[in-house]
Amino acid sequence: MSLAAFATGARAAEPVPLAAQGCVGCHGVRGTGSGAIPGIAGRPAMEIAATMNAFRANERAGTIMGRIARGYSEAEIAAIAAHYATSR
Amino acid sequence: MRHANSRQLSRRSALRMAGFATVALAVPLATPGIVRAQNAARLVIIGGGFGGATAARYARINHPALAVTLIEPRTRFITCPYGNLVLSGMRVPDQITHGYDGLRTRGVSIVHDMAAGIDPVAKTVRLAGGQTVAYDRLIVSPGIAIKWGALEGYDEAASQLVPHAWIPGDGSQLALLRRQLEAMPDGGTVGFALPANPFRCPPGPYERISMVASYLKKHKPRSKILALDAKEAFSKQGLFLDGWKALYGDMVEWVPSNKDGKVVRVDAAEKTFVTEFGTRHKVDVANVVPPQSAARIAFDFWLTDQSGWVPVNPATFEAKAAPGIYVVGDANNGAPMPKSGYIASNTSKHAVACAVASLRNEAPPEGVYFNTCYSHVGDEYGISVVGVYRATDKGIVEVPNSGGVSPRGNLPEQRRLEALYADAWYGSITKDMFS
Repeated sequence: MSLAAFATGARAAEPVPLAAQGCVGCHGVRGTGSGAIPGIAGRPAMEIAATMNAFRANERAGTIMGRIARGYSEAEIAAIAAHYATSR
Repeated sequence: MRHANSRQLSRRSALRMAGFATVALAVPLATPGIVRAQNAARLVIIGGGFGGATAARYARINHPALAVTLIEPRTRFITCPYGNLVLSGMRVPDQITHGYDGLRTRGVSIVHDMAAGIDPVAKTVRLAGGQTVAYDRLIVSPGIAIKWGALEGYDEAASQLVPHAWIPGDGSQLALLRRQLEAMPDGGTVGFALPANPFRCPPGPYERISMVASYLKKHKPRSKILALDAKEAFSKQGLFLDGWKALYGDMVEWVPSNKDGKVVRVDAAEKTFVTEFGTRHKVDVANVVPPQSAARIAFDFWLTDQSGWVPVNPATFEAKAAPGIYVVGDANNGAPMPKSGYIASNTSKHAVACAVASLRNEAPPEGVYFNTCYSHVGDEYGISVVGVYRATDKGIVEVPNSGGVSPRGNLPEQRRLEALYADAWYGSITKDMFS
């Protein structure tokens, strides 16, 4: 694809939402888990969102996830959940 | 001032470099040394560390139409993170050393050479080897430089006697510090001279103290650690002080600047630190975490300001001095974000997205920047700090009521979990850079 085509053409594959690109520093390649840190890939979106929202609302105790989840909006959490639900 | 002088010299040499680049450009396509992919939008990345390697990987994954070139002089990358665990004996250097084959397999063109000049008008990078690399967008993630001589007596020659081990390079500094610890007799004192803010990896010096204490407790239990600090406070301070007391008793003495902890002179041959008020501390093994700035390359390209760091647009990480050139990682002035590997890696993904949006004449995406830094206090004792940040019209701000450090108190299972999570983080983020 030329520069001109790149500048005017359709988007390539939809990139991963930027909020979701933060998770893989710990949760493994494509969210598939790493060592003691559990995978999030392939879990139902509703489960991921409910878990994050519970951390965010201080209703679920976590080692570290509460501090993280409180930094994200509900819309970002929904985008994160939708992305990792289809990640493998 | 020494620093100001070197900066002016750098500016002059940058002018000369720009001249060379213009000359080279006069015959670009006929020169066999030209490194470029034909007919594709070209993203060039300078620096193959946490920022640059991640940027290259994500550019290929998310935007496969891009031709991606990574310029990095070294063929092996040794991480700063987990270097302290080499000192404690929990890791060996091979376990923190990574190569670029994974990125090559993803189609990244890897050029093992040093970037020696940027021509932002012609959009070319000149390499030390003489080649020229043309770009449409440029990401620069060059890391830090040590301000040699900014701490009196601490120059490059002194670092061969008193290592800094703060820029991994070829690994020799970390190996030297490890050898010195091994050679020290039981009952000796390990001295640290620690810098004012800002510097690479805010909790790093204190994790290093912890890992040296872990080594000494196992092998030389009558030894002491004297940490002389140019600051009155440091990252995760309460957690570190709690951990040192719990694990190492009174082995570690930390002296803040308001208790005459600020070292103003290093006598490397005598392994002696001299403080602000003239106290001389002779130690058996000395480690200086020296004053730092953005890497030399950022000065040469005129990207830095008087702070020694690169001011950037907080929404895109474009250098304020050079729109279209994205500067990520420790070299930029990203406060309140810490100069951490995680921030370098995470924000480089945003810089890639912004560079692609710019190629498409689209507005940059809205960013959310994320950091997690684990520190080992003991073999099974980890602590963390987390931050979520956003760009606003007042610069980068941390999201209120989020982030922060691990809870204090007697929480041995939390500490054990965080030590395990730290190991998992290391595996995850290095795969996110290099696989």
